[in-house]
Amino acid sequence: MHDMSAHAAAHHGPPTSFIRKHVFSLDHKVIGKQYYGLGLVAVIIGMVLSWLVRLHLGWTNYAIPGLHLLSKNGAPGDVMTPEFYLQLMTMHATFMVFFVLTVAPFAAFGNFFLPIHTGAEDMPFPHFNMMSFWTTFVAFCVMVTSFFVGDGPTLGGWTQYAPLSAIGSVGGPGQGLGVVIWAISIAIFCVGQLFGALNFIPNVLDLRCKGMSMWRLPMPTWAWFITSCMGLTSFSVLMPACILLILDHVAGTSFFVPSNLVINDQLQPHAGGSTLLWQHLFWFFGHPEVYIAIVPGMGIISHVLITNMRKPMLSHRVLVYSMGALAILSYMVYGHHMFVSGMNPFSSLLFSFPTLLITIPSTIIVLILIGSLYGAKLRINAASLFALGFISLFITGGVSGFFLAQPSIQILLHATYFVVAHFHFTMAIAAIFGIFSGTYFWFPKMWGRMMNDKLGQLHFWLTFVGVYCIFMPMHYLGLAGNVRRYQAFVVDYMQPLVGVHQFITIAALFTGAVQFIFLYNLIHSRFWGEPAPDNPWQGTSLEWSIPSPPPHDNFGGRHVVVYHDPYQYGVESSTGDYLMQDSPEQVKNAHDEP
Amino acid sequence: MATTVHEPPKVEPRRSPESGHSGNGGFRNLVPNNGNSTAVQDYATAPSRTAIWVLLAAIGMSFAAFTSALIVRQGASLDWRHLTLPPILYLNTLVLLASSMTLELARRRVAVFMGGARTADQNPARWLYVTSLLGLVFVAGQYAAWLQLRSRGLYLATNPASSFFYLLTAIHALHVLGGLAGLTYVMRKLQRAVLRRSTLDSFSYYWHFMGILWVYLLLLLWMKL
Repeated sequence: MHDMSAHAAAHHGPPTSFIRKHVFSLDHKVIGKQYYGLGLVAVIIGMVLSWLVRLHLGWTNYAIPGLHLLSKNGAPGDVMTPEFYLQLMTMHATFMVFFVLTVAPFAAFGNFFLPIHTGAEDMPFPHFNMMSFWTTFVAFCVMVTSFFVGDGPTLGGWTQYAPLSAIGSVGGPGQGLGVVIWAISIAIFCVGQLFGALNFIPNVLDLRCKGMSMWRLPMPTWAWFITSCMGLTSFSVLMPACILLILDHVAGTSFFVPSNLVINDQLQPHAGGSTLLWQHLFWFFGHPEVYIAIVPGMGIISHVLITNMRKPMLSHRVLVYSMGALAILSYMVYGHHMFVSGMNPFSSLLFSFPTLLITIPSTIIVLILIGSLYGAKLRINAASLFALGFISLFITGGVSGFFLAQPSIQILLHATYFVVAHFHFTMAIAAIFGIFSGTYFWFPKMWGRMMNDKLGQLHFWLTFVGVYCIFMPMHYLGLAGNVRRYQAFVVDYMQPLVGVHQFITIAALFTGAVQFIFLYNLIHSRFWGEPAPDNPWQGTSLEWSIPSPPPHDNFGGRHVVVYHDPYQYGVESSTGDYLMQDSPEQVKNAHDEP
Repeated sequence: MATTVHEPPKVEPRRSPESGHSGNGGFRNLVPNNGNSTAVQDYATAPSRTAIWVLLAAIGMSFAAFTSALIVRQGASLDWRHLTLPPILYLNTLVLLASSMTLELARRRVAVFMGGARTADQNPARWLYVTSLLGLVFVAGQYAAWLQLRSRGLYLATNPASSFFYLLTAIHALHVLGGLAGLTYVMRKLQRAVLRRSTLDSFSYYWHFMGILWVYLLLLLWMKL
């Protein structure tokens, strides 16, 4: 009997019922769009939470109309209590890091385009793929319910440091049920990510079409592949940590609760645990997680820039090797989040060294991107602008990372706004720009319509200026000693800084309002946008060889055979200055990888 | 002025389709089968072979995290009380290892069975039933071990050693139950004579991994607890 290998798993006929077409779909493209929708809802929630947090920081006793609806006791008279501030801040970070930055650049675009880039009909295990989305959706719903049960969501930060996270409701509102719900939600999320990795990795390794060697894969696919490997090994550590945390809450164990802990004049019952253990487990996951958030963005914007530059990168391979080096090194640096945690100071040296090392592949990536732009006539459109913005933001954030990598400086800067500035630049905003770039670039393929580019460029400029106004002043705040996760600045040396906070808040509200331009563009174009051609950007990779939007089985049943590497631009071919990957045409001035 | 058309490398005929290798590092070309670009010809690796290693890597990392939690927790404070492992654990170990052997017996017979021979005493389903039975006996034995600990007054939160004992054995048992679900899937495929060798191989890697993992956990518990 022939082993039909990938055949039966991936081969399913087009769906007929509404439920199969749009709800419980096995089609990777629908699943990708579902993830995109989930990311969109999550980013709106995260953004609104950030507005609330920022309003409180600028105007501490301000009564925000309607705030009392969000919490039983958190906003008497619509004025935010300090605990409620911490709850909102925690949820802002949780939604953003997990349900936006891990979902959108990786799961959304990755699910849609990875099988197409590899020349496959679908993912190898469509049922697991469907389950990956719905598991993530369940995790999202569980997280949302934490607002509405008990005394609200947890307030311990998305990092959930012990012992505050482990001692139960004596730690404050949301520290009982809220933490348990948080941990359950995240544990479910980890399972969803595993189901995703189970599809991404075998697709790249086993389902590539004829002629598609690994080096002929487009950049985003390499990025998604590397990200899946990271997600696989890091989420598998977060889940045990969450299980141990849940047990500390519901089973009376003491994994994280130390001895002799007195809170509110009460000696805590559990004892003997290690608070540092939580930090080790969490950050072993946490540092790869931030690279999971950014590496897909690197892949996406490289792809966008190459297409718009009409020339390939200086070195495709070095870019891929650098992303791989980032992934490997990311497991060795996690202790740089713990320099002042009380662990052996010598270990700070052991973590500081790889942290500085990791700047090397990051810099190489940035230099290749910038170096490739030199001499190129870049087409300016919303996608390429956001890609350029990504580079700018990543550099800005990376530079502040140099300072934070030194333990001696981190003693001053740990848990200040300097850190907040750093990670928002490198991870949050840069990744969001990557998502925007991918959206403007791939929207025509995903929905068969063009977005309004003028509005897109306006969106870019206003957002770009806005995010710099928000996060640049935070470097100054951090150096001045402004502590993070404080809900008000009543200490004498921080009071003069409130004015800066107010400026940041206004910038944040403005930038948030600008996002409605994007939302309008997205929705309007979805229904009334100009119909998109198959290849609006004259791209070379396989997604541009199929209709917009693609048919159910991606390639319409044809043999896909790939003859070139993915970035044959600047050549003289029958189609113009580019050559599609699946075109058998031979040309001069080709840029083939050996 | 290089040409850009590279002929795909020649297929090496001696490369066996079912050699069980997990993918040759990705350096090969896959030939579509009858126009179906994901139904690849014989020498492609079935995705389930790669996927099972993905899964085992994730499970391995999880237990590595639990192991490091155990080591750190043991060093963290003075409330560690060593416990003697219930002797039934050793019997359970033999049961689980025996189930691996019966699984191998089943695998040997599947090729013959799927190739056409349908004699009753060669039916590999029998050995798969035995494997699943042994798996259930293992889980039941683990439950018996917990009961034995309970009778000694050692519960989940009694002391950190007992916490880790219950935690590690319970999570492993849950994964074994998951494996039994996989085995049910394999047996149903076999019943309908549509079982692919890659499916059975991938399942057997998982099952053997559960055995190896259990031996590792037993050693860990014996040394540390």
